Amino acid sequence: MKNTVVKAIVAIAMGSALFTSCKPKNSGDAVSGDAAQKAYVAPGKYDEFYNFVSGGFSGQMSVYGLPSGRLFRVIPVFSVDPEKGYGYNEETKPMLNTSHGFVPWDDLHHTEMSQTNGEVDGRWVFGNANNTPRIARIDLKTFTTKEIIELPNSAGNHSSPFITENTEYVVAGTRFSVPADNSNGDVPINTYKQNFKGHLSFVKVGKEGQMDIAFQIQCPGVNFDLSHAGKGKSHGWFFFSCYNTEQANTLLEVNASQKDKDFIMAVNWKKAEEYIKAGKGKLTPTRYAHNVYNESTHTATSEIKTQVLILDSKELKDICYMIPCPKSPHGCDVDPTGEYIVGSGKLAALIPVFSFDKLMNAIKTKQFEGEYDGIPVVKYEAALHGEVQKPGLGPLHTEFDGKGNAYTTFFVSSEVVKWDIKSLKVLDRVPTYYSVGHLCIPGGDSKKPFGKYLIAYNKITKDRYLPTGPELAQSAQIFDISGDKMQLILDFPTIGEPHYAQAAPADLIRNNGQLKFYKLEDNKHPFVTKGEKETKVVRNGKRIDVYMTCIRSHFAPDNIEGIKMGDEVYFHITNLEQDWDVPHGFAIKGSSNAELLIMPGETATLKWNPDKVGIFPFYCTDFCSALHQEMQGYIRVSPTGSNVPISFSLGTNLPAPTTQK
Amino acid sequence: MKTQKISILSKALLLIVAALFAGSLFVPMWRIELQAPQYPEGLVLQLFANKIGGDVDIINGLNHYIGMSTLHTENFPEFKILPVVFGLFALVSLLLVFVNKRKGVKIFLITYMVFILLAAVDFYRWNYQYGHNLDPNAAIKVPGMAYQPPLLGYKQLLNFGAYSIPDTGGWLMTGAAVLLLVIVVKEYNLLKKK
Repeated sequence: MKNTVVKAIVAIAMGSALFTSCKPKNSGDAVSGDAAQKAYVAPGKYDEFYNFVSGGFSGQMSVYGLPSGRLFRVIPVFSVDPEKGYGYNEETKPMLNTSHGFVPWDDLHHTEMSQTNGEVDGRWVFGNANNTPRIARIDLKTFTTKEIIELPNSAGNHSSPFITENTEYVVAGTRFSVPADNSNGDVPINTYKQNFKGHLSFVKVGKEGQMDIAFQIQCPGVNFDLSHAGKGKSHGWFFFSCYNTEQANTLLEVNASQKDKDFIMAVNWKKAEEYIKAGKGKLTPTRYAHNVYNESTHTATSEIKTQVLILDSKELKDICYMIPCPKSPHGCDVDPTGEYIVGSGKLAALIPVFSFDKLMNAIKTKQFEGEYDGIPVVKYEAALHGEVQKPGLGPLHTEFDGKGNAYTTFFVSSEVVKWDIKSLKVLDRVPTYYSVGHLCIPGGDSKKPFGKYLIAYNKITKDRYLPTGPELAQSAQIFDISGDKMQLILDFPTIGEPHYAQAAPADLIRNNGQLKFYKLEDNKHPFVTKGEKETKVVRNGKRIDVYMTCIRSHFAPDNIEGIKMGDEVYFHITNLEQDWDVPHGFAIKGSSNAELLIMPGETATLKWNPDKVGIFPFYCTDFCSALHQEMQGYIRVSPTGSNVPISFSLGTNLPAPTTQK
Repeated sequence: MKTQKISILSKALLLIVAALFAGSLFVPMWRIELQAPQYPEGLVLQLFANKIGGDVDIINGLNHYIGMSTLHTENFPEFKILPVVFGLFALVSLLLVFVNKRKGVKIFLITYMVFILLAAVDFYRWNYQYGHNLDPNAAIKVPGMAYQPPLLGYKQLLNFGAYSIPDTGGWLMTGAAVLLLVIVVKEYNLLKKK
């Protein structure tokens, strides 16, 4: 009897222990001992890599160091930035011009660095605007946005800004299919199948980076999701994932998830170039903005272009081919050799890997299973290298380490899985916290990855950081992938919502000819003031132009009178400094505009409409020197019709009036 | 009685001395290195025979805080005289090969030493003037503080550490002095016991 009781107690105790040990371990357990050491970059030391991270709905691009996860800079791209005056000063307002007029915000999802011979070259980084379709080019000598081009016939520029291996093209595939710009768009929404078209844009990139839409390919109305260029042997081809091949126009979560397989579309862009040479393209009217920032005038200009060259995928049969791909493919990634194309069906439980050689053979021997809206569909098996079995749930994106391994993120099962590209065997898996979207390995989508770190950009953070109300920190996680097993070494929070990111060795960018300041002698701004002797205040009707300079620690002039209500005042401020790290700021009380932040040798213009009679102070906002708090001035605003003449001075008080006015 | 003429070796050395003087026309003679927390990369002022070089614009931008005058090549007559003097020194060194008298070398060495002394006095005088002659309206006034850079070596001036040392040209000219001395010692047999 007693024995039975003891046995029962022991059984219960062991049973509970078993249950307890089965419970998933706390996420804190995932960090092993030397993680801190691996992510630690001592004060004053530099990181090994720059990480260019998309800012998602912030519309900007952020720059972090790896492996420390330290934020260096937020580059304003598609959203106004009052901190830097971007989109507020007269010089940068044209950067945000579109065919819809001035658009102050967008959603930047993907970054892509320029490449030469398939390797990251450190010249530029591109970003896409997902809402009002655009591509931006950021110059990595100045870390500023230099050019933005709008994409006609598009809506939701998602499969962008991916590039070819010599940066010949940066592409943009439309997420939403819409009626073409030159057709009547006033049609019932349920005529999607007849009237809606998907356009793929191929934007030519010039030697100095200048962008120009070379052509667009008109495709059936589906959702284009992501893309990547072929490389090496597959250079000349581009691969786009497409979903909603059901062509639904409502409740896509159900209606676009019906088919077992959607497609990866293979596009032979070299063939497209041949067709254009043969005159098969049609110049079609449309309207789109092309905005360029000129470094010598420190001013952007916006031009509206009115036509684009269109190729029809239905007519020109051997440009586009469809490869069936399971369950609404999202990521579409090409390995460093250019042979393997990985499709990630976001609802699939396996990963298909296609072979470029087999695809070429299938096209040659016409192994088609039919057509999709006029485009040949290659037989699935004919193009397939193989499938990764049971990798996880909800594969999204894949990057490569250059050692024959692929790393795929899984949103649903919240993990990164490492697998062998050739044998398709799963080698390792690590959890992410939580629900990873994109991932990045430095150079991980190029011919030459630097497979030391992997960064996972998560969609959910829940309990990972101190709570901050309903909206929580966005986050990324760094893994050391130099060994056989992936090791989590650091969590770091990010701005906006991080989607795709790129990274490159720090020296590649540090040594690319980084600009320290703008040369004053090369400043061709129409309102530049190259010395204090040239400062002036000019009235032209209601328009006042103030030619002002700043240098430590004063503005010239700093006393201005004769401004009247109803005037439109333009402060053209030139920073006379010629040294690194001496920007000056300019802010004026009550201004409905932002501040100016002026780099050494640069000229920037703030427009100001005085709203009250009285004295308005202005000051320098960027702590520039020991006498920064002395860097200030006054403007007198008089009523309309006042006879106070224009006057300005520095250093000497204006003659005191005989009677106080 | 030994000959007054100089040996082949000394003539060769004189040619080198001439080259050293000529060379110092094209490289900075002296440098004042400045370091401060705000300038971890350092600033440098370089004195050539004919101009002021280095980060002179940046330094001039900082001078107003303490009321020091800005530095401009045209304010120093020395930069007009020095190239002529160095040129003459090179020429004299060459001529001495043909003059071929050890006394000539001795006189030249003494002249050169006197010149160096005068140059040092002149340099000190300018340093003193710039360091003490301050604008009374300057923003930063530290009672009793002067900003005279050291003639040679290191000195802390507020947040700046200043090192005053010879630059390439200075070393070339030191070399010239040493070689001249070697010639004199050799030709006068100063090292030999009588």
